[in-house]
Amino acid sequence: MCRGYYNCLSKLCKLRYVKEDFRGFRYCEMESCNCIEPQWPADDLLMKYQYISDVFIALAYFSIPLELIYFVKRSSVFPYRWVLVQFGAFIVLCGATHFINLWTFSIHSRTVEVVMATAKILCAVVSCVTALMLVHIIPDLLSVKTRELFLKNKAAELDREMGLIRTQEETGRHVRMLTHEIRSTLDRHTILKTTLVELRRTLALEECALWMPARTGLELQLSYTLRHQNPVGCTVPIQLPVVNQVFSTNRAVKISPNSPVARPRSLSGNYMAGEVVGVRVPLLHLSNFQINNWPELSTKYALMVLMLPSDSARQWHVHELELVEVVADQRKSKLCENGHGDWVDITPRICRKFSDHERSMAGSRPVQVAVALSHAAILEESMRARDLLMEQNIALDLARREAETAVHARNDFLAVMNHEMRTPMHAIIALSSLLQETQLTPEQRLMVETILKSSNLLSTLINDVLDLSRLEDGSFQLDLGTFNLHMVFKEVVNLIKPVASVKNLMVSLTVAPDLPEYAVGDEKRLKQIILNVVGNAVKFSKEGSISVTACIPKQESFRDLGGPDFFAVPSANHFYVRVQVKDTGLGISHMDIPNLFNKFAQNHSLGGQSSGAGLGLGLAICKRFINLMEGNIWFESEGLNKGSTAIFVVKLRIADQSTYSEHQLLAEVQANHSQANFIGLKVLVMDDNGVSRMVTKGLLLHMGCDVTVVSSGKECLRIVSQEHKVIFLDVCMPEMDGYEVAVRIREIYTPHFERPLLVALLENTDKATMESCLKVGMDGVILKPFSLEKMRNVLSELLKKRFLCQAKS
Amino acid sequence: MNVEQLKSRFKGHYDFMVAEKFLDEQFSQLQQLQDESTPDFAFEVVSLFFEDCQKIFHDLDRALEQPMVDFKTVDNNVHTLKGSSSSIGAARVTHVCIAFRSFCDEHNLEGCLRSMQELKRETALVKNQFEILFKLEQQLLAAGGSITLPVKPSPQSNDHPWFM
Repeated sequence: MCRGYYNCLSKLCKLRYVKEDFRGFRYCEMESCNCIEPQWPADDLLMKYQYISDVFIALAYFSIPLELIYFVKRSSVFPYRWVLVQFGAFIVLCGATHFINLWTFSIHSRTVEVVMATAKILCAVVSCVTALMLVHIIPDLLSVKTRELFLKNKAAELDREMGLIRTQEETGRHVRMLTHEIRSTLDRHTILKTTLVELRRTLALEECALWMPARTGLELQLSYTLRHQNPVGCTVPIQLPVVNQVFSTNRAVKISPNSPVARPRSLSGNYMAGEVVGVRVPLLHLSNFQINNWPELSTKYALMVLMLPSDSARQWHVHELELVEVVADQRKSKLCENGHGDWVDITPRICRKFSDHERSMAGSRPVQVAVALSHAAILEESMRARDLLMEQNIALDLARREAETAVHARNDFLAVMNHEMRTPMHAIIALSSLLQETQLTPEQRLMVETILKSSNLLSTLINDVLDLSRLEDGSFQLDLGTFNLHMVFKEVVNLIKPVASVKNLMVSLTVAPDLPEYAVGDEKRLKQIILNVVGNAVKFSKEGSISVTACIPKQESFRDLGGPDFFAVPSANHFYVRVQVKDTGLGISHMDIPNLFNKFAQNHSLGGQSSGAGLGLGLAICKRFINLMEGNIWFESEGLNKGSTAIFVVKLRIADQSTYSEHQLLAEVQANHSQANFIGLKVLVMDDNGVSRMVTKGLLLHMGCDVTVVSSGKECLRIVSQEHKVIFLDVCMPEMDGYEVAVRIREIYTPHFERPLLVALLENTDKATMESCLKVGMDGVILKPFSLEKMRNVLSELLKKRFLCQAKS
Repeated sequence: MNVEQLKSRFKGHYDFMVAEKFLDEQFSQLQQLQDESTPDFAFEVVSLFFEDCQKIFHDLDRALEQPMVDFKTVDNNVHTLKGSSSSIGAARVTHVCIAFRSFCDEHNLEGCLRSMQELKRETALVKNQFEILFKLEQQLLAAGGSITLPVKPSPQSNDHPWFM
């Protein structure tokens, strides 16, 4: 029953009356109205709060499933849909419950209550079911979370690994490029530079250095660094402990930055030098390529030192060390794969055979700095050898040219020296011949003749010095002429006799009667040969006798003429002379016989002899002459102190009777001529100095000439006649120059051979004077003050020349 | 005094003259030219030389006294004197003549005068020496000896150069 002023909240109830029963509950009178009145008054504050809260709760409860549905619909992955449905139902019902509860704050009908109850019941059911479900679901949901975390970690790890692989791939690429660079050149410097540069770039190093073993093998020399291109002189002994440490393993070894091998780094006040790593680089020789496991067998290593930047706190990572080892060929290359995609160790395979097939099987080229270096080294070696050969060729060529120049120079020198030597020789010969004509005691005459003959011989010898060089060049020729063969022997023996008698040696000469008296050959050289041989016999004999025999060798004895390499071939025009010189002297030991004909070889058994006694060209020259005369010379001796025998055979041409007589006549004429040439010779002397005039006159008178003296040119020209053979002109006169007189005389007497000979009397022999004399055509000059010899010399020369001219015409 | 002593005296004086450079080898040449037909050849030549000297000195004195000295004449005279003295082997005189000539070339009057004095002195000296020498020679020849002055020492060689 309603009290009156409360309206029934139920819409169904239109009645306004609400009654209260005995209990105090208000109820609607109307039986159709089942409105129920809430217990508390609707305008109670608390009730109001509850009312508002319920509104919100209902709102929230309705919106939550909406949100859920919306977001689940949006996301594609959600495995627990039915849970969602269930959960949604639960929430909806809870919301409904609270929503319906809103109506119960005021009077409400029974329907609402029923609905409320229904909702609550449903809600309860669903909640229980959900609660039961959640027992299963929540652990699942939680495990999803952990799995998610796990997966995240895994993903992170994979990322990291990917990064690593990428860097490795990167370095692999670098290394391949490095290989390519290295293999593309055979220049060692480029290889090494590229290696170092690329390594530095790849690994971001501060410094890279390479120490190569020095040629001595005892130290390592700093060969390449990046900062300083070609350092000089830095060496490190190879026995350093750090070096041994690096060389003993094929891994890259960390080195202390203070060790001497890490020397070339910039010392610009770094406190923390970067870490240093060293690795050995094998240096191969060509022979190593044939062996299977080559890196282990090579003995020579170079040391590669790599330095990280200082003050960077970087450290050497494993993969970086691996890279370094691979580059240095110490690690089997992992960066190659064969066709099947496996990582494979290809190094031994490559070294066995460098066939293309195998190489292609192995995949891309290995990093072989060592191989490249060795190739480069081999090429360098061969190029160096070639350069050396070229240099040697050039040097040889130069030496050859120098030798030729030297030979030319020697020949020139000899020619000049000979001239210089011949001039005094000539003087000696001329003067001795003049001396011969003076009054001499027989003793003196013999001496003078010996002097003359010796000097002739000496002059011949001087010629021979030149000849020997010509002999060696092969351009020598014998002077052939007719001569008296018997006389040659006699002269030689006569020459030797004085010396031999001093030594108490007896010299005997035997000339076979069937030996021709005259022969055609080189008289001087033959004389020289005989003299040399006989002289040696005398020299090397202290006592006893020397016997000289000359004969014609018998036919049978041809065979034993000095050995198998001599063949005597007699012919109609020629004959052989065999000369044997036997002495009882020191003898020759058998060992020395082969050396006798060597130039300057001393006979060792002659220890006590004066030095230089055995040395010389004598026998060598003799042998050469004898060879030129198509003969042979050999020595026989029974031993030391048993004497020796020298035998030689030469070939001479038989002298023609006619040639002989002509020669003899000429010789006689010359002899006659040289004897008496001054007696009655009509001469004219022109000199303005009274004293000089007198001296000259006296001198010429002494010589036997018929002398006329004049004191002026005019007088000279006045007096001179065809009869005067020689005119002496003083060319230092003031009035009329001797030269002018000479010119005039030449003009007067034009036929050359009948003109008087003109001799200039000079006070000095300077160039101007000589030239003037030559210009006017003086036949001779003589220097004041002159001696008898000088005068004789000049005159005899002039007259001989004149005679020869006359004889020829 | 016997021949040997006279010989040694003569030789001694000759050696002295050579040592003092009064004489050189040329005189021995003159000596050599003496034979039977000309026994006094050397003496005659030397006498002629000194006669010439007198004449030349006279000419020289006159030339040098001139206000304008004709050096050419002086030179010619000295040249003649030089030739003569070298012909007989009077070495010192020749040397003075050579110096005299160079003064003439330079037209050095004072030098010429000095040389003149020196020349006269030297000539007088060598004349004395010659007189002594010839006297000694005469004494020697009178005693029956003879002497030949060495022309030039010949080189002694004990080696037998053809033994090689």
